[in-house]
Amino acid sequence: MEVDLRQDGENLIVRLTGELDHHSATRLRRTIDRRLDKGEVRNLILNFQQVSFMDSSGVGVILGRYRRVKGRGGKMALCLIPAGILKVLEISGVPKIIPFMESEKQALEAVSQW
Amino acid sequence: MTGSGSFMKLEIPSRSENEAFARVVVAAFVSRLDPTLEEISDIKTAISEAVTNAVIHAYEDRVGLIVIKASLEGNRLIVEIIDYGVGIEDIEQARQPFFTSKPELERSGMGFTIMENFMDEVSIRSEKGRGVAVTMSKSIRSRDPIPGLE
Ligand SMILES: Nc1ncnc2c1ncn2[C@@H]1O[C@H](COP(=O)(O)OP(=O)(O)OP(=O)(O)O)[C@@H](O)[C@H]1O
Ligand SMILES: [Mg+2]
Repeated sequence: MEVDLRQDGENLIVRLTGELDHHSATRLRRTIDRRLDKGEVRNLILNFQQVSFMDSSGVGVILGRYRRVKGRGGKMALCLIPAGILKVLEISGVPKIIPFMESEKQALEAVSQW
Repeated sequence: MTGSGSFMKLEIPSRSENEAFARVVVAAFVSRLDPTLEEISDIKTAISEAVTNAVIHAYEDRVGLIVIKASLEGNRLIVEIIDYGVGIEDIEQARQPFFTSKPELERSGMGFTIMENFMDEVSIRSEKGRGVAVTMSKSIRSRDPIPGLE
């Protein structure tokens, strides 16, 4: 899995490419947490447009990051979720706690509303 | 797991890099039934859940053997994922949505729930200390039904 991090003010945008499973989750988690730990960003946006596969390991990474971001008073949003991945997220109840948006722009708007 | 159709058997060490390999092999095996993209995605996800469970829970910090058997009977895929690890003491509890014995590893407890949602049938057999066998089946819809036969 490829992970592209970009900072936009107090927002961290993470563009994911490839398969998100237990194997790739370990590195993804570490990459995001290292950046969050620097304390420069408050909100987190995950862009799933290029994700071709995801199982419950991805759900664990998303919910784990949600707890961290929320614990520091930030917000989180997901965007551009492919149909094949939506099912796993819905079964796991993720849409009840994290908003799913249609674009990075909308996701940025969602995390900056207070 | 014999029957008239075709079958396969795969043996792999319980390393996380084999999770992708296992789901791709089963997806290739079922491709002769001409499944839809959604069916392939469902099958890959269910296989990934069962294999990941063997990697994480069955063998914990050691590497053990995972056996994957699959067969086709008519338009139905039957697949079994077997490990020889610690086993599951309370299968009913393990099947509950959000139950996990490893919250510290950020597991969400959704693996079995996802398998049950994505496959037609899921059965779990286990004996403490002797491993787990998860058997799942899924019928592949025929995309071009013969007129008059449906
Ligand atoms: N192969 C196995 N060997 C031993 N225990 C297992 C095995 N598979 C599952 N379990 C037990 O069943 C529980 C539930 O499994 P399930 O896959 O539903 O959730 P999880 O693996 O904990 O979390 P997730 O799948 O969402 O990452 C596990 O926490 C574990 O205790
Ligand atoms: Mg699991």
